[in-house]
Amino acid sequence: MAEQVDARGLSCPHPVILAHQKMKQLKKGTFEVVVDTDTSRENISRMAKNEGWEVVETKKTQDSGYLLLLRKG
Amino acid sequence: MNLKSFFGTRWGIILVGAFIGVFAALLQKFGNPLNMGICVACFERDIAGALGLHRVAVAQYIRPEIIGFVFGSLVAAYIFKEFRPRVGSAPIVRFILGFFAMIGALVFLGCPWRALLRLAGGDGNAILGIAGLASGVAVGVLFLENGYSLGRNQRTYISVGWILPLIMATLFAFLIFAPLMGDGGKSGPIFFSEKGPGSMHAPIATSLIVGLAIGFLAQRTRFCLMGAIRDIILIRNFHLASGVFALLIAAFVSNLIIGQFNPGFSGQPVAHTNQLWNFMGMSLAGLAFALAGGCPGRQLFLSGEGDGDAAMFVLGMIIGAGFAHNFSLASSPAGVGFYGPHAVIIGLLVCFYIGITMREKTI
Repeated sequence: MAEQVDARGLSCPHPVILAHQKMKQLKKGTFEVVVDTDTSRENISRMAKNEGWEVVETKKTQDSGYLLLLRKG
Repeated sequence: MNLKSFFGTRWGIILVGAFIGVFAALLQKFGNPLNMGICVACFERDIAGALGLHRVAVAQYIRPEIIGFVFGSLVAAYIFKEFRPRVGSAPIVRFILGFFAMIGALVFLGCPWRALLRLAGGDGNAILGIAGLASGVAVGVLFLENGYSLGRNQRTYISVGWILPLIMATLFAFLIFAPLMGDGGKSGPIFFSEKGPGSMHAPIATSLIVGLAIGFLAQRTRFCLMGAIRDIILIRNFHLASGVFALLIAAFVSNLIIGQFNPGFSGQPVAHTNQLWNFMGMSLAGLAFALAGGCPGRQLFLSGEGDGDAAMFVLGMIIGAGFAHNFSLASSPAGVGFYGPHAVIIGLLVCFYIGITMREKTI
C-alpha cells in the first residue's frame, strides 16, 4: 500500500511543503496525498509536474476533499 | 478548456494580474490617491480611521474596494462550490501576525500590491520596499522548511464563514449612511477625511465594482504576491510570479498612457525616502505574511471563502493600523514615525518567537 501524506486542515503552503518533502524522501515511486481544498489540489499538482512527478489519479473523498496518487519512475 | 480550469493556467493568472494592474491605475484616474489605486494596508488603515480607531484626519474613509474583495471572493467561492467555512488554526497568532504586518507595511507606506504600484508609477523608494519584502519572505521560508506550522483548521458552521462578510456589509452600511454615533450621536465616528489621501477616492460604485471583480478573479486564480516570492524560493515555481509581473507591467503601461508615471525618489506621493526603514518595514511585513500564509489581499480573499483564521489576520491588520497611528509608529511623507523603528524591531522579534516555537516537533 502506498505511503500517505495527510494534509487536510493545513493552510497554504503546508500541503505543498509536506508533499515536496515526501518527494525528496522517496526520490521515486508512488505515494498518496489527501487534501481538503481545491487550492491545495491545484498547488500540489502544479508542483508535482515541476518536480517530474505525475498525478496518476485524483479521487474525491467522502469529506469533499481529494486523494491524489503521485508517481515517478 | 472550461472557465474553471482556465483560471488555473499560466494565461489565467497573467490576465488577472494585468486586470488588477490596469484597474489599479484607472482607480487613480477616477479619484484614488496617486500610486495607491489599490493598497490593502492603506485602505484598511483608512477604514480604521473612519471607525475612529485612530484620529489621523487625512486617513479616514471606508474603502469599498476592501468590501468588494471579500464579497467578490465569496460569490466566486459559492459559484464554484469552494465556500468552505473553517477555523481553529492558531487564530490569536494570526491576529498578532496581521497586527505586526500592518505596522511593517505602514512604516514602508504600502502593502505588497502598493509596492508594485509605486514602482509602476516611478517611485524608486519602492525598490527597497520590494527588496525588504523578498527578504522577509525568504526568512519565513526558512521557518517553513524547518517545520513551522500554524496547525490544522477544522470545518465549522456556514454562519461562521459569513462573519467577516457580514462585518464588511456593516462597513458598507456605515459608508452609505455615515451615522454619527460619538458623543451620544452628536459627532463621528463615522469619520471621513476632508483633505489628504483619505479624501481622495473614486466614486463608491466604481470602487465597489472593481473590488468585486478583483475579488472574484483573485479567488479563482489564488493571486498572492507574497506567495509568488515564496514559491520561487521554496519550490522554484513561477506560476504566481507570472501574474505579479503582469500586474507590474500592466500598471506601468497604463500609467504611461494616462500620464501618471513620474520617475524619482523625492516628492513621491504618500512615500518617504528613508531607505533603511523602507526595507526594514517591508521585511517585517513580508515575514509576517509568510508566517500567516498570504499577503493582505489573499487574506481577504480567503476570508470570503469562509476562512475564519484569515479573517482574524484581517482584523489584526485593522487594529494594528489603529495602534500604528495612535502610538507614532506609522510613517508619513515627512519621514518615519518616531517609534516606528522600535516597533519594527519588536515585530521582528515577535515573528521570530512565533517562527521558532511553533514547529511541529515542539508541540
